[in-house]
Amino acid sequence: MQALRQPRLLAQLILLLLLAAVPPVMTAIDEPFYTSLFTRIMIFAIAAASLDLILGYGGMVSFGHAAYIGVGAYTVGILSFYGVDNGFIQFPLAVLLSAVFAAVIGAICIRTSGVYFIMITLAFAQMLYFLGISLEEYGGDDGMPVYRSEFGGLLDLYDANHLYYLVFAVLAATLYFGHRLVNSRFGMVVRGMKSNSLRMRAVGYPVYWYRLTAYVISGTMCGVAGALFANWSEFVSPDIMHWVRSGDLIIMVIVGGMGTLFGPVLGATAFLLMEEYLPEILEGTAPGAGEHWHFVFGPILILIVLFAKGGIFGLFGGRERGDD
Amino acid sequence: MDGLLLLEQTFNGLQFGVMLFLMAAGLTLVFGIMDMVNLAHGSLYMVGAYIATTFTQWTGSFVLGILLAVPATALVGIAVEVVVLRTLYDRDHLDQVLATFGLILFFNELVRTVWGPAALFSDIPAFLQGQVEIIPGVPYPAYRLAIIGVGLAVALALYLIVSRTRMGMLIRAGASNREMAGALGVNIKLLFTLVFGLGAAFAGLAGMMTGPITTVEPGMGDPILILAFVVIIIGGIGSVRGAFVAAILVGLVDTIGRAFLPQFFRLFVADSTADAVGPAVASMLIYILMAAVLFFRPQGLFPARTG
Repeated sequence: MQALRQPRLLAQLILLLLLAAVPPVMTAIDEPFYTSLFTRIMIFAIAAASLDLILGYGGMVSFGHAAYIGVGAYTVGILSFYGVDNGFIQFPLAVLLSAVFAAVIGAICIRTSGVYFIMITLAFAQMLYFLGISLEEYGGDDGMPVYRSEFGGLLDLYDANHLYYLVFAVLAATLYFGHRLVNSRFGMVVRGMKSNSLRMRAVGYPVYWYRLTAYVISGTMCGVAGALFANWSEFVSPDIMHWVRSGDLIIMVIVGGMGTLFGPVLGATAFLLMEEYLPEILEGTAPGAGEHWHFVFGPILILIVLFAKGGIFGLFGGRERGDD
Repeated sequence: MDGLLLLEQTFNGLQFGVMLFLMAAGLTLVFGIMDMVNLAHGSLYMVGAYIATTFTQWTGSFVLGILLAVPATALVGIAVEVVVLRTLYDRDHLDQVLATFGLILFFNELVRTVWGPAALFSDIPAFLQGQVEIIPGVPYPAYRLAIIGVGLAVALALYLIVSRTRMGMLIRAGASNREMAGALGVNIKLLFTLVFGLGAAFAGLAGMMTGPITTVEPGMGDPILILAFVVIIIGGIGSVRGAFVAAILVGLVDTIGRAFLPQFFRLFVADSTADAVGPAVASMLIYILMAAVLFFRPQGLFPARTG
C-alpha cells in the first residue's frame, strides 16, 4: 500500500480504472460513440507509449514511427484482402513483420544520431508511405476496406465492447511490459546511453546493439497498435503513415510527459480529445471558426513546448524513481 | 528519341535541383549556424508563393511581384525568428521540431483563412512563355530555363556572400564557434536574424518561381520541406556546397528515375510487373539514395563540422 502514497502511481491506477469503466458507462447512458473514441485513443496511446520507450528513455527521436502503424495495419489489411481473417494468424504476423521492418530500418538509422537520426527515420517512413501509395492492388492512394479479425469465437470484434477490452488489455500489457523493461538491467543501460553514450561505451556496453534492440521492441509494439487500428477503422490507407502522423505521435509523447510510461497515454487522450472537440469549441465562439482549429492548436503546441516541460503527467508532481 | 528525352529530363531534373537548393540553402545555413531544426521552412516557401501571387495580381507584373515578394517573405521570416524561434536556440532538437511543427499548422491554416482553401493559379509571364532551343531541334520551355538560370545565379551569389563578404565571414565565424564569435564582439543575435531572413527570402523565391508551374495551395511547402531535408542530410548539415551538390543529385535522380525506371525494369521483368514496380521504386528512389549515403557516410557527403 506504500504505492498508493505516490501521487503518480495513484493517478495511473485511477486512470486505468476509469478507462476500464468506459464501455459499461457509455452503454448505460447510450453514447456508444465514446466507446469508439476511447478505443482509438487507447490505440494511439499504445503507439505513443512505444515511441516514448526510445524517445523518452532512449533519447532517440524517431520522426517515422507512423510507418510501423502502417506495417501492422497493412499486414492485417492484406491478409484480410486474401480472406485470412484469423486474428491468431494476423497478429503474430503483424508482430513479426513490424519487428523485421524495424530491424532493417533500425540497423541503418541507429548508425546515425541527433538530427540525422530524426531525418533518416522520417525518410524511411516516407519510403513506406510511397510504397503504400503504389500498392495499386491494395487500393493505392485510396486504401482498402478491412474485415475485423476473428478469434475463433473467443472475441467478436464487431461488438464495440469486445474490441474496446481487447485494446484495453493490449494497452495494459504494453504499460506493464514497458514498466518491467525500463526498470530492467537492459532498460537501465538504454537510459544510461541517453545520458552519456560515450561513457556507456567506455564501460564496455555495445551501444549500437542495445539501441537497435530497443528500437526493434518499440517498432514492434507500434506495429501491434497498427494491427489494432486496422481493426478499429475497418480500413487501411497510406494516410496512416503520413509524416504528420509521426509528428502527432511525438506531440502525444511530449504533451503527455516524455520519459514516463503513462505520460503518452495522457498525451494521446489530450491530443485526440482536442482534435475531436477543439473545432466544436471554436465553432461556438465564432461561426466558421471550427474548421480553422489548427490556427489555435499550432500556437498551443508551441506554448506547451516553451513553458510546460514535464507535460501533463508532470503536473501530478513528484518524479518517477530513477528519472534523470 | 530516347537521347532527346534523356536530355529534356536532365534539364527538368536540373530545374528541380536548383529549386531544392534554394530551399535547402536557407535550411542548412540556419542549421549550421544556429544548430536549429526549422520545420517551418516549408511554410516560408508557401507564404512566398502566396505573397508573390498577390503582388503579381496587384501590380500586373510578374517580375515586379517577385521583386516585392522576396523582401516581404524575408520580413515574415524575420518576424517568425524574433517572435518564436529566438527562444528555441538553447532548446534541444526535439523541442525545436515540435514548436516549428506547430508553426506549420499555424501557417497552413493562416493561408487557408486569408486566401481560402482553393488552389491559386498564376500564369507564366508572357515574355517567358515560349520555347527555347537548347540545342538545335530540341525545344525547352523558356520559363523552366529561367528558373535554372535564377537558381544558379542565387547559388553563385550565396557562394560569394559566404566566402567574400564581411557578413559571410561572420556567418562562418558563427558557424564554427558561436560563443567565441559573440565574445569577440559580433552581434550574434542580429546575425542570426539576418541569416534567417536570407534563408526565408531564398525559400520564398523558390516558392514564387514554382508557383506558375504547379499550383499555389495550403500545405504546398510540406512535401518540398521533406525533400529539402533529404538534400541537406545527404549534403551534410551546415554545408552550402554539400547542399548544392546534393540538391542537383536529388533533382536528377528523382526526375530521371521517374521517367526511366519503368522502362529500365522492362529489360528484366514482364511489362505489367515493370509498370507496377517502376513508379513505386521511382517514388522511393531518393529515400533509398539517402539511406545509402547515410549508411556509408553517417555525416553526409560534405560534413561541415566533425563531432
